[in-house]
Amino acid sequence: MSDTRQAARYTEYHPRWYRPRVSTWWWLGRWPYLKFILREISSVFVAWFVVVLLQQIRALSRGPEAYAAFERWLQNPLIVLLNLITLFFVVFHAITWFNVAASAMAIRFHGKRVPDLLIVGTNYAAWAAISLVVAWFLVRS
Amino acid sequence: MPETISLEVLRYSPERDAEPSFQRYDVPLHKDWVVLDALNYIKDKVDGSLTFRWSCRMGICGSCGMMVNGEPKLTCATFLSNYAKENKPVRVQPLRYFPVIRDLVVEVTDFMTKLQSVKPWLIRGDGKPISEGEYLQTPEQLDRYKQFSMCINCMLCYAACPVYGLDPVFIGPAAIALAQRYNMDSRDEGAHERMDVLAQHEGIWGCTFVGECTKVCPKHVDPAGAIQQYKLTATIERFKSFLMPWAAK
Repeated sequence: MSDTRQAARYTEYHPRWYRPRVSTWWWLGRWPYLKFILREISSVFVAWFVVVLLQQIRALSRGPEAYAAFERWLQNPLIVLLNLITLFFVVFHAITWFNVAASAMAIRFHGKRVPDLLIVGTNYAAWAAISLVVAWFLVRS
Repeated sequence: MPETISLEVLRYSPERDAEPSFQRYDVPLHKDWVVLDALNYIKDKVDGSLTFRWSCRMGICGSCGMMVNGEPKLTCATFLSNYAKENKPVRVQPLRYFPVIRDLVVEVTDFMTKLQSVKPWLIRGDGKPISEGEYLQTPEQLDRYKQFSMCINCMLCYAACPVYGLDPVFIGPAAIALAQRYNMDSRDEGAHERMDVLAQHEGIWGCTFVGECTKVCPKHVDPAGAIQQYKLTATIERFKSFLMPWAAK
């Protein structure tokens, strides 16, 4: 057993200390905590977009009829609604992660740490550039 | 500006109370008074039984950390005048997620044990004789770890970390940041020893990057950054030992 486990056990059952329990709803009532929980939940929606993409590739490989059926499925109002919610969460996921990227990446250049703004800015710039390329392909066809 | 301000201070006596309760005090509101000044006023003039920790009054000793209106704060650096406009009593509570011993005093053995477990000191393999002189360091080498060395062990980051609250075995922000302080030090050779503690689930992988530890840090240490950066280091080291087992120490 590690030192840290022993430390937690050491304090756990002390009779005289007051140890309040952490509420199940600790993440409500404070925006940074709620934002964190929403970011965690967003991973489910990211996974949903992956499923949609895989379905799309599968339909594409099965020929025009299967693809038309896939497109009809996409037009289902419930799916449209779900995909709109998913789009919101995916954008939320991307923005919240881009904003903390600088903290996780301590890049040094000529002995000096690259400023946070540059790292975050590069992420956004790459996002915009890739989106433009994708948009160009879509508009062209 | 009103002449007094109300404080609601959490009181808990282990001999008397099963549950803590709030006690209200009115204290003079001076422009240059911080929450700690108000607590000392109460202790000196109103109620000598109020118990709290403090020492330096200048943001260095790290002992006066408390929850002020639900936020982890150094009470020596939190001005009462910032709360005067709200027209509500200022709530002062002991640091969140720690067991309360009495009133505003929390039990910190858990943090001390965790801090020790990451070996926050310079580890040298050889230890050259004194006659050979100091281990020199360039300003750039100093700059790599200086931010993490500013930690004063005030534990505000633990009180901001829901992971620590929910899973008390988590080593926590300050201990990991201090481990990084030594890992990044050009004079240190103990990174491998620290990795055993840091790279386990209770270490860096317990962190879900809520990021609040960094926001509440009064010394701008950025423990969240230290943890994420170490996640990268630990992953690279793991792949290295997997791909090149002969290179592992």
